Amino acid sequence: MSWITNFLTSSLGKKLIMSLTGLFLIVFLVVHLAGNLQLLYDDNGVAFNTYAHFMGENELIQFLSFGLYAFILLHIIQGLVIWVLNRRARGVGYAVSNRKSNSFASRQMALLGLLIFFFLAVHMGDFWYKVKFTDQLTMVPIEGLDGELVKDLHARVSTAFSEWWIVVIYLLGLLALSLHLWHGFQSAFQTLGLNHKKYTPVIKTLGRLYAVLIPLGFATIPLYFYFIK
Amino acid sequence: MNLKLKIWRQAGRKTKGQFQTYSLEATPEMSFLEMLDVLNEKIIEDKGEPVAFEHDCREGICGSCSMVINGQAHGPMGMTTTCQLHMRHFKDGDTIVIEPFRARAFPVLKDLVVDRSSFDRIIQAGGYISVNTGQAPDGNSILVNQDDSKEAFDAAACIGCGACVAACPNASAMLFASAKVAHLAFLPQGKVERQKRVGRMVAQMDKEGFGNCSNTYACEAECPKGISVDNIAKMNREYFSSSVGSQKD
Ligand code: HEM
Ligand code: SF4
Ligand code: FES
Repeated sequence: MSWITNFLTSSLGKKLIMSLTGLFLIVFLVVHLAGNLQLLYDDNGVAFNTYAHFMGENELIQFLSFGLYAFILLHIIQGLVIWVLNRRARGVGYAVSNRKSNSFASRQMALLGLLIFFFLAVHMGDFWYKVKFTDQLTMVPIEGLDGELVKDLHARVSTAFSEWWIVVIYLLGLLALSLHLWHGFQSAFQTLGLNHKKYTPVIKTLGRLYAVLIPLGFATIPLYFYFIK
Repeated sequence: MNLKLKIWRQAGRKTKGQFQTYSLEATPEMSFLEMLDVLNEKIIEDKGEPVAFEHDCREGICGSCSMVINGQAHGPMGMTTTCQLHMRHFKDGDTIVIEPFRARAFPVLKDLVVDRSSFDRIIQAGGYISVNTGQAPDGNSILVNQDDSKEAFDAAACIGCGACVAACPNASAMLFASAKVAHLAFLPQGKVERQKRVGRMVAQMDKEGFGNCSNTYACEAECPKGISVDNIAKMNREYFSSSVGSQKD
């Protein structure tokens, strides 16, 4: 099987891993946003808590979530490896740096990625960790479960987003995500070798729409809870 | 026009270098290299060591005049090598910072001269064809589709100057290597070794210590021959399909 290790550890193979894990995360974010927008229903959290309970119990979702953790970790570790190798490949830096030939986002993918990582640590610590590993959430009944109680994640979200500094961390994290994807979306297709004058302009436009709309969609949630609730 | 030049001086491969500042009276019609020639004459008159820089054709086709001028490989003009850059693009009183190409795979030999033989080794690894293609009439008897021949020719315009590596924040050689891979992959003569070629060239490129492509496209912006990053996507395709789908060695 040495061809496969040679292939995946080559410079192009490493980038293939970045691209595929990145595209997987891009698909995940759409699903994640669609689910989370239920937080905006004015129904005391019934819809969202029902959804969160389903996601926590369903075995297929649980299985996929392990894939998600693995892909995020692979993306982060591979990204940092590439970053170190690239710094080493330059060696001595330039006295005058030129910012005209490429974009800020494309140069700073690793920095933006690290900002996303710090945001993820806060995000997972606040919700995922508390739901999975603690009993801090209050239990509430929801319809259709015959009086069985579920964790009130809606209330946890509402409490978290009443703190201004958590809202600020989320907005900064989403800004970093937006810039990461402003470059990353079309970059992932170029890495896969998908570049053609017929469809590359479409990919570029889609990527920019995605990079703006998805983080904006996420941003409505903390803003809604802080200012309107 | 009066210029202040800040030039990287380094006596040899292992010695430490530093910037040295010179004042020079130049004229707008000089080329950038002629301006450096005038500086060197002045330095020699003052019994100093002239600034070493590489040059050969001085007409934009050999790719040897490597240097980074105010942060840009081959200076501020697009699609222009240093030898084709003229002083009229600078202003009286300008400070011009001149550095060698910076990449671990391009070690500095002296002052502005770097060793670009890592590019030669990438070519030696696979950037050739070993089938006998005969004489010129034989070439004409092999039919090549017009679109393919145009694309192959665009890729073949690469002069191996290394500006793409110098401009890339990751010192990646993808634009250069991909131009060679694409050039040969489009032509019937190159198809014989097509699958083996790309793997060997990428392996050599990695071995030389070039960085990984982040698709920032600084290479395309600073390439004096306008080589397109479409070639990089083409090389990615060639590499993936030949790694997964070929009967390689
Ligand atoms: C958790 C922290 C993250 C880190 C540390 C990180 C790191 C990186 C780095 C360093 C690169 C550039 C690799 C290169 O081109 O040389 C990159 C590319 C990319 N990232 Fe991330 N990233 C993170 C999160 C994300 C997320 C959440 C997404 C998607 C929703 C994402 C999508 C992408 C995409 C699509 C690319 C482009 C792949 C390519 O150029 O082929 N990343 N990431
Ligand atoms: S691709 Fe362009 S910049 Fe790179 S070596 Fe060829 S001609 Fe020079
Ligand atoms: S000296 Fe030949 S390209 Fe500049």
